[in-house]
Amino acid sequence: MSAWDTNPVLTIEHLTMRFGGLVAIDDLSFNVGRGDITALIGPNGAGKTTVFNCVTGFYKPTEGRIVMNRSNGEHYLLERMPDFQISAQAKVARTFQNIRLFGGMTLLENLMVAQHNPLMLASGYSLAGIFGLASFRKAERDAVEKARYWLDKTNLIDRADAPAADLPYGDQRRLEIARAMCSGPELLCLDEPAAGLNPKESAELNALLQYIRKEHDTSILLIEHDMSVVMEISDHVVVLDYGEKISDGSAAEVKDDPKVIAAYLGVPDEEVDTVEEEVGL
Amino acid sequence: MSAKSDNLLAVSLKDAAAGGLIALALFSVLIGMKAEVASGLGGQLGIEYRWVAVAIAVAVVFGGRLLLNLFVWKADKPVTETAGSFMPSAKMLAPLGKYAMPLFLILAVALPFLLLSAYGARGSRQYLDLAILVTTYVMLGWGLNIVVGLAGLLDLGYVAFYAVGAYSYALLAQYFGFSFWICLPLAGILAAFWGIILGFPVLRLRGDYLAIVTLAFGEIIRVVLLNWYEFTGGPDGISGIPRPSFFGLEFKRGEGGFADTFGLDYSSIHRIIFLYYLILIMALITNFVTMRLRKLPVGRAWEALREDEIACRSLGINTTNTKLTAFALGAMFGGFAGSFFATRQGFISPESFTFIESAVILAIVVLGGLGSQIGVVIAAIVMIGGFEFFRGLEEYRMLVFGLLMVVIMVWRPRGLISTRNPSITLSGKKAKGISADLVQEGHG
Ligand SMILES: Nc1ncnc2c1ncn2[C@@H]1O[C@H](COP(=O)(O)OP(=O)(O)OP(=O)(O)O)[C@@H](O)[C@H]1O
Ligand SMILES: [Mg+2]
Repeated sequence: MSAWDTNPVLTIEHLTMRFGGLVAIDDLSFNVGRGDITALIGPNGAGKTTVFNCVTGFYKPTEGRIVMNRSNGEHYLLERMPDFQISAQAKVARTFQNIRLFGGMTLLENLMVAQHNPLMLASGYSLAGIFGLASFRKAERDAVEKARYWLDKTNLIDRADAPAADLPYGDQRRLEIARAMCSGPELLCLDEPAAGLNPKESAELNALLQYIRKEHDTSILLIEHDMSVVMEISDHVVVLDYGEKISDGSAAEVKDDPKVIAAYLGVPDEEVDTVEEEVGL
Repeated sequence: MSAKSDNLLAVSLKDAAAGGLIALALFSVLIGMKAEVASGLGGQLGIEYRWVAVAIAVAVVFGGRLLLNLFVWKADKPVTETAGSFMPSAKMLAPLGKYAMPLFLILAVALPFLLLSAYGARGSRQYLDLAILVTTYVMLGWGLNIVVGLAGLLDLGYVAFYAVGAYSYALLAQYFGFSFWICLPLAGILAAFWGIILGFPVLRLRGDYLAIVTLAFGEIIRVVLLNWYEFTGGPDGISGIPRPSFFGLEFKRGEGGFADTFGLDYSSIHRIIFLYYLILIMALITNFVTMRLRKLPVGRAWEALREDEIACRSLGINTTNTKLTAFALGAMFGGFAGSFFATRQGFISPESFTFIESAVILAIVVLGGLGSQIGVVIAAIVMIGGFEFFRGLEEYRMLVFGLLMVVIMVWRPRGLISTRNPSITLSGKKAKGISADLVQEGHG
């Protein structure tokens, strides 16, 4: 029994997702360990993003159970919750493969929107806010401080008042992570955060993810194509191919799994050896 | 070079000729033949041929298409682009946004006195009436701006809430004898209530579907008002709606009236001035509330919703409720404006609440620049003022009006004032406005 099975933050059991005749995920089960960085990898179209969409409530799974175990002991059955409650109550945040920022709003505003629920409460559902009560003003100051903290951590503080759409690509990716963190998540799901980054940005991202995991009560589940990133930072790797789990273990174990090599090279298992010889592995 | 322009001419001519042919085929039936009841022949049906009219119509299509081809569609530099550069640029309008607000405010407050001193009590009445009309549309524009400009929900049936407000006031006054000051909040609440009831099923839809369903709801309300004869008076409308009082003092001649109490000579202009200030204050309250809300979490959520609804949901924002608040709030201000309309007119009928009203209000918001408060003011003055100004042109008024809209849209496709001001800044200073091409318009 591995470490991630003893005290998982997220448990996925027999998850199946069908789109008409297409089985995007087929009877998938795995655990995400508390405090771990878990990588979900697989070739294009393997169903990785679909797993994220099921976890965060954007798709309702055809079958299966997704349980979020919060650190305060509460359990949430995510497959039954509407998407916005998954973020608000179960404390699961996510980023998107094709970045989804509020482009016409400033970086600070983006991070303020992420703190909508606590601020809404503090503003007395806007009534206290309209009259500018002191309690709301304080809550707003705190929210700005939190935003400042994350802008600082993501090296975006200089452009805090610039519109998000004006940022270069790499900065947009980091801003999306900062925004997700501002909602105070216990599980952070990142969909290809290193896509399109240069090596320097990629290294910075690794450092940021390590920092988040260490300093905050946040476990990370990430989808990644860049193997060097996966090998370097992840404690646990789950490999998907055609919606099925083909491997599950530590980074070192998965790397040597012939099934994984076969899936990535696109050949049947029997021919793996010959192919490996050819490519000089 | 000359070969290219020759070629351009040939292609354009060919295209224009094709257009002309299609026009000929269509117009020879549509325009060329007119069914007529021949007079004097016992009401026999005859056909009148109008070939000259057909020739003119076809020539217009041919010529117009040729010109468009040469100068816009196939030209290297479309005139629509160069035309924009002759007009003042966006940058020149930006400081206008800053100074316009206080300037407009001072002007608006002083207006009745300026008019009175310039034209006297008699002469200024029509101008004051126009000012009241414009201010009503400013208020409606501001109300709709919450829904369309901030939350990005395209609402084509806004007039429904205007109607609910007007009828609430009229019916409450008629059946219960409530005064204006009791009816005003009630009308707003009822309109907001209707907003929520309509919003629940409607706000699941997005984009075009939302637009169409809101349009239908606008029409349904009007048709109900028209046909529920026993309750609303149907096409006869409701008359004798009580006029507002100045905190209990009525605007009447003699003992106990407004003029008598303040030791003034009675004049009917007093009531008009009062109405003007009433709508001005109501509009300013609308503006104040909107501006406050924009800086509160709910306002930011509206704008975020307009930018990206999916991202909003991933951040724990209940998008249905957020849309509903925008819808209900917009409806409430529409309701307030409606009850003001009822008390000003003293008579209402379903005819005042047709789709064209929704379209005019929406045009004000879009021309002014989605989300821009001062833009709405300018657009309302230009549109409603212009409408009255060109009254002399009679049926060509609509043509002038349409041309004006086209010109504005060519010049400033995102509306007059289209930069967005951030709702909060880290530096504490006023941040630079965000250019319109970065801001999303919303998808419903
Ligand atoms: N909403 C949907 N409707 C129909 N089919 C879908 C839908 N979403 C995903 N799919 C299909 O499910 C399969 C898995 O898609 P998914 O986006 O999860 O892959 P992925 O592993 O994220 O790939 P990539 O690495 O390219 O991002 C694909 O065949 C895709 O076409
Ligand atoms: Mg994907």
